[in-house]
This record gives sequence, C-alpha cells and structure tokens, in this order.
Amino acid sequence: MTFNAEVFQITVLSLQISALATGLSLLIGLPLGTLLALGRIRGRAFLLSLVNTGMGLPPVVVGLFVAMTLWRSGPLGDLRLIYTPAAIVIAQVIISFPIVTGLTAAALQSLDPRMRLQLYGLGASRLQMVWALWKEVRLPLLAALMAGFGSVISEVGASMMVGGNIRYQTRVLTTAIVLETSKGRFETALALGILLLVITFAVNWIFTSIQQRSARR
Amino acid sequence: MSALVELSNLLVYRGERPALELDRLEIQRGEVLAVVGPNGAGKTSLLLTLARLLEPQRGRILFKGQAADALPATAYRRRLALVMQEPLLFDRTIFENVAIGLRFRGVPKGEIQRLVPRWLENTGVLHLADRHAGEISGGEAQRVSLARALVLEPELLLLDEPFAALDPPTRETILQDLASLLGETAITTVFTTHDLREAEQLSDRLAVIIGGRLRQAGTADEVFASPADDEVARFLNHRVARSA
Repeated sequence: MTFNAEVFQITVLSLQISALATGLSLLIGLPLGTLLALGRIRGRAFLLSLVNTGMGLPPVVVGLFVAMTLWRSGPLGDLRLIYTPAAIVIAQVIISFPIVTGLTAAALQSLDPRMRLQLYGLGASRLQMVWALWKEVRLPLLAALMAGFGSVISEVGASMMVGGNIRYQTRVLTTAIVLETSKGRFETALALGILLLVITFAVNWIFTSIQQRSARR
Repeated sequence: MSALVELSNLLVYRGERPALELDRLEIQRGEVLAVVGPNGAGKTSLLLTLARLLEPQRGRILFKGQAADALPATAYRRRLALVMQEPLLFDRTIFENVAIGLRFRGVPKGEIQRLVPRWLENTGVLHLADRHAGEISGGEAQRVSLARALVLEPELLLLDEPFAALDPPTRETILQDLASLLGETAITTVFTTHDLREAEQLSDRLAVIIGGRLRQAGTADEVFASPADDEVARFLNHRVARSA
C-alpha cells in the first residue's frame, strides 16, 4: 500500500464513520445526560453507575455483541448490516454515547442547583432553561465531544469485528494499521499511525480552539 | 389599594417536612412587603411558592383574582422576576446577563438594545456592560442581578435576601438605590430578610414568619408597637439588639 487514492479513501471513510458516530452519540448522550442530571428520576445513582461503566466498555466486547446482533442468523440479521460501514457506526455509537452521556451529566451536576431556579425565576421555559445550562457548561460539553470522538477514531476491535476490514468498503485507518502490521509492513503501518494521530490532533485542535475561545470570553 | 396576590390556606412541604403553613396573606398592588423571620422560618419557601417553583400541597394562590395555576407555569412566571441571595450570574457578558429574561420572552433585539442599557444605568452598572460576569465584584454582581430582574418590568418582584451576602457599606448603598428605584417604579415587591433595619428601610409592611407560620403582618410601627405574641416579640427584640 502506498500513499495514494486508497489511503485517501480509507482516511475519508474513517473520518466519515467516526464523525457520524460522534454526532449520533451527541444526539443520544446530550439529552440522556441532561435527563440523568436534571430529571426527577428514581434510581439516578444506579443509572449513572451503568453509564459510567459504559464509559469504559471494551470495544471488542461491543464488537462481539453488535456482531452477534447483526449476524445473518442474529435478531437483526435481515437488515444485512454486518460488514458494512453502518455496522461500524452502530458499534462506535455504543462505545461513545455513554462517554458523552456521563460527561454531560457530570458537567450539569457540577452547576449550582439554584441556577435552574434562577432561570425559571427569570421566565425561562424548560427548553430555554436546559439550553442556558448547556451554555453554562459548554467547555465540559466540548470536552465530552472530544472524548467521544477520540474514543471512536482510535478504536480497532469493534471496527474489525463488525466491519470485517474489507478493502474499499469497511477498511478504516485503525484496521488498516492492524493489517499492515500483521503482514510485517511496519513502515506503512507507522505512516498510517502517524496519519491517524495527525487527523486526531487536527480535529481536537479545532475543538480545543473553540473551547478556549469561549473560555476567554 | 387592592391585592395583587392572595394566598390562603397554604401548606407547602420541602422534602418530608412542612416548610410553610399560611392561613391568609395578601400582597397589595404597588407595596413593598418585607418577609422577616429567623433562618429556616419558611421565608424562601414563600418566595419559591409565589414563583411556582414549589408546588403547595394545599391552598390557593390568586394572582389578580385568578388562580395562579390556571396559567401554564412559564406564562405565570413571566409576570414576575426573582432575585436570589447569590447573584448567580451566567457565564457571559453583563449585557447578556441582563438581556436573558427579555430573550426568554422573545422581546425584539431593538427593544433589548434600548431596555438593557437603561436598567444597567438605573442600577449603576452601565460601565460594566461589556465585562464578563466573572470579572466583577460581589456588590456589582448583585446590582446586575437586580438589573436583570427589573429590566423585565415585572408585575411582582421577588427578592430573596438580596443583600445578605454583601459587606455593610455595599449593602447600604445598594439598599438606598433599590429603595429609590422601587419608589419610582412602584413594582409590587416581596423581599425576605432577617435584618429588621433593612426591612424597615425598604418596605411598606412587614410579615413576620416563624416556624413556617405567619405570625403577624402590618406596618413596621404596628408590628414593633404590639407584637402578636411572645415569640414575635423575642424575634424583634433579638434582632433589634443585634443590629443596634
């Protein structure tokens, strides 16, 4: 493998999959974390413990469960998603949404609880109250976003198991590195590794710049 | 003078225990009512109940003769404004802090540009408009929190021990400024305090709450001249002795 169209395709696919997975994790994790932090729910401590456990889910275990579910004979086998980019997205969402959920809940719980009363006391609707609180914790929320993205762009086990590392279809940077290493082509593997690091750094740099700009404000 | 708010037969729980039990209390239009009582007496519970931030287990709140809960909570709350003991400013500029309630109400931008500087000026903090909330002093922050409530021109202003966290000289100047602003605007105001001097200076009437129950309501002169019972007398004497 050389730095050619194939590497470009792998890189773009990696970014697409991880960006989509991070976006979906935000869509799930932000409201769920908010509900866990602010809602009147029984068993909050138990549910937060579940989420916190989920923050450390081993990607191979997630890969195993998603593979079993999407396998042709599995409960969702008819969808024919196994060994597709969609399967990798599903696995990555399961890996990263607990991270976004847990960090969102922790950020909101760190606020003075009277802030909600103050917002209501100034006429906020429930949605306006939540939006204002999200703005209050925008720095930790951006950190949650970065942690979510970091967890999926760098994982390999689940992508390998549910994606199958199929050339031009489901091969992403991490699975390509594993493949090249297994073939003893360390130079290519190293180059792909550096590319992965550079991309991860670039994405985090963008988010960190946004974060620090709002921190200075 | 007619009643803006009438509370009757009210029972409010906080957690497992009753925090407030009121047979009857009227808040007259345009008056400044000071709710006084020792710590834990139920003063804040009264304000939160008035703001529908605590739901009473029993009783009735009439706002302009209509049941308060006839309106959705948000629509009801948009008729009032709440200032808490801590300024609780939001992580944004002072201008944006004061504009937030107007934005919640969908007030047009032009109107916000007109109203916010006016109330920042009225409360003496116009020069801080572009500063960040984290860059100002405690006294300035409390002025901003007053501006944030007054800019809404509420029908009912609720102030929960707004000066308790301030040092005496700052408290004195803000108190004087607030007294003149309330005099000019005639906004019906309920404020809680355990400082009787502050209550006398700012209010038209006092309501003494002890142990979650309204013990006496009347002008400061009436309350001081003839306390309703021994406990009220003890509270008044104790506080007067402390502030002397």
